[in-house]
Amino acid sequence: MITINNISKSYNKTEALKDISLNVNRGELFGLIGADGAGKTTLMRIVTTLLLPDSGEAKMDGLDIKKDFKKIRHIIGYMPGRFSLYQDLSVEENLQFFATVFGTTVEANYDLIRDIYYQIEPFKNRRAGKLSGGMKQKLALSCALIHKPKILVLDEPTTGVDAVSRKEFWEMLKKLQQKDITILVSTPYMDEAILCDRVALLQNGQILDVDSPTKIIEKFQRKIFQVRSDNMYQLISDLRKFENAESVFAFGQFVHFTGINDSVKADELDKYLQSLGHKNILVEKITPGIEDVFMELMEGSRSFQSQ
Amino acid sequence: MTQLLSFIKKEFFHISRDPRTMLILFGIPIAQLLIFGTVIKSEINDIHIAIYDQSKDKTTEQITNKILSSGYFILDENLTNLDEIDAIFKKGKVREVIVFDNDFGKNLVKEGTAKMQIIADASDPNTARLAIAYVKGIVNDYIIKTNPNLKMPLEIRPEVRMYYNEEMESAYMFVPGTMALILMLISTMMTSISITREKELGTMEVLLVSPLKPIQIIVGKVIPYLFLSIINAFVIILIGRFVFGVPITGSFILLMLETILFILMSLCLGILISTVAKNQMVAMFISMIGLMLPTIIISGFIFPIENMPVVLQWFSNIMPARWYIIILRGIMLKGIGITFIWKETLILIGMTLFFIAMSVKKFKIRLE
Repeated sequence: MITINNISKSYNKTEALKDISLNVNRGELFGLIGADGAGKTTLMRIVTTLLLPDSGEAKMDGLDIKKDFKKIRHIIGYMPGRFSLYQDLSVEENLQFFATVFGTTVEANYDLIRDIYYQIEPFKNRRAGKLSGGMKQKLALSCALIHKPKILVLDEPTTGVDAVSRKEFWEMLKKLQQKDITILVSTPYMDEAILCDRVALLQNGQILDVDSPTKIIEKFQRKIFQVRSDNMYQLISDLRKFENAESVFAFGQFVHFTGINDSVKADELDKYLQSLGHKNILVEKITPGIEDVFMELMEGSRSFQSQ
Repeated sequence: MTQLLSFIKKEFFHISRDPRTMLILFGIPIAQLLIFGTVIKSEINDIHIAIYDQSKDKTTEQITNKILSSGYFILDENLTNLDEIDAIFKKGKVREVIVFDNDFGKNLVKEGTAKMQIIADASDPNTARLAIAYVKGIVNDYIIKTNPNLKMPLEIRPEVRMYYNEEMESAYMFVPGTMALILMLISTMMTSISITREKELGTMEVLLVSPLKPIQIIVGKVIPYLFLSIINAFVIILIGRFVFGVPITGSFILLMLETILFILMSLCLGILISTVAKNQMVAMFISMIGLMLPTIIISGFIFPIENMPVVLQWFSNIMPARWYIIILRGIMLKGIGITFIWKETLILIGMTLFFIAMSVKKFKIRLE
């Protein structure tokens, strides 16, 4: 449904995308995962015909992003990273405006957005600027869907949205997927990546890996410890000083530790920390999650920053 | 078409819901007109003068009376010798001294020529020039009326302005100019800001991804402001008429049609600015500094174009306001019809078409 071949794009001298190739199948929920500045937004703007690549080509449902940009603009729904609706228009006015712009009516495609829209319908006379973060996202999604697009492109739709709304939002995406809508979504959150059919890991404008989240984790066979003690801040810096440490980063209430060549053992760490006076130490081997994989792929052997 | 209508509806929502926009649209024009009306004056009031009348006959007495009763001058002193002139100027209060030659009235009748001298304090050259022109005018007027068969005794260079503005009301001058200035500023600024605002807020991104065509976006932006600016023009004409007493001697319909043309031209210029400006600040800057100053200075609004250096004269040709001011003065003050201003009208139409074409061409269908 989305074919991207050898796309490169630079802003002045900064290379935002370097020779990217990607395929998204019809009906797929495809995730672009990467930190800020990895090139997610640039890639999305290219497939939504907002930017032209310096080289390479891309097709949306068989339509060329350069030549057929007008046709593509009829079949895609796009939700930019920033809330991009009219804040001074009410919920209902926004929805109606975008419906007419796409040559349809709210009633005609109400079925598609009903699940999402009914939650904000009680506030339909409220100005969009006065909605909460979660409601804004629901409205933006409704507006992006109102013309029943074949492909939905969502740029970090859940950034700045509370945990409950985030969960609801992804449930909606799953439902939309069943209505034969191909979805390309970017996110910096690893817990969302796991909900995608396939993900592409993006870093510095390059694709590190493309696969289903579970497969990506399977490929990753490193030994990871989750470590905890009473003094978390001290713990992170002490672990970094440990001679065989490869990666150390904070992960919720734990610190995730990977040793060089997986040679470090649990009791070895335990002793090291005890010698430095840490109390209530917990060192535990765990199965890596997608975040561990990502940190590993992204950071390589460089020194780490805690969150 | 429904797309366009809903776009226009959206624009009206934006305008009516933003108090600042409403203020700029309707508050500023009225304030500007009233301020310009009272500040910019090319007329003089209560100029202190002194008279040295060496003749003291009936004619000089009548001329003196006429000058003093004109309301522009206040007599401070009657001088008795020439040396006093210098002294009285140094005191600073008296700005002008009128000297009548010996046997002024007698010479006028006998020889058909009489001598008088007007001396002005040119440390304020503008006032001096005006005061002299006024006295000349009054004297000239007196002599023509009392001696219709006489050859003119005084060298008088008539000014066109005085001809159409016999009472020398500066309001007649500034209302057309201010109208051009306000319509131009408001129209260009409002459209360029409203488009760059969409760029800044990111809504342009969504509009671009939609099937809306550039021309639909442009027309959708122009129509609401066209409508509001017409109301504005109407208000300005009313204020000009009833507050400052500026007549509309020509056709009101022609005046409105020309005004609509000028507004349309300004709106398209605004759109063109927005295709260049990245944000609201830049758009505002271009509209304010780039348009307001040249419009005030070189469009013939305040300073006569004929007196400018040739380069500026040439430059003033590309100022749309220049042509509109000519049209306005023509219709409002001289009462002339389209046959006399078709050239200026054509220039405005040409400019409008040029700006539309450029806007559509330069309108970015992508983000860069």
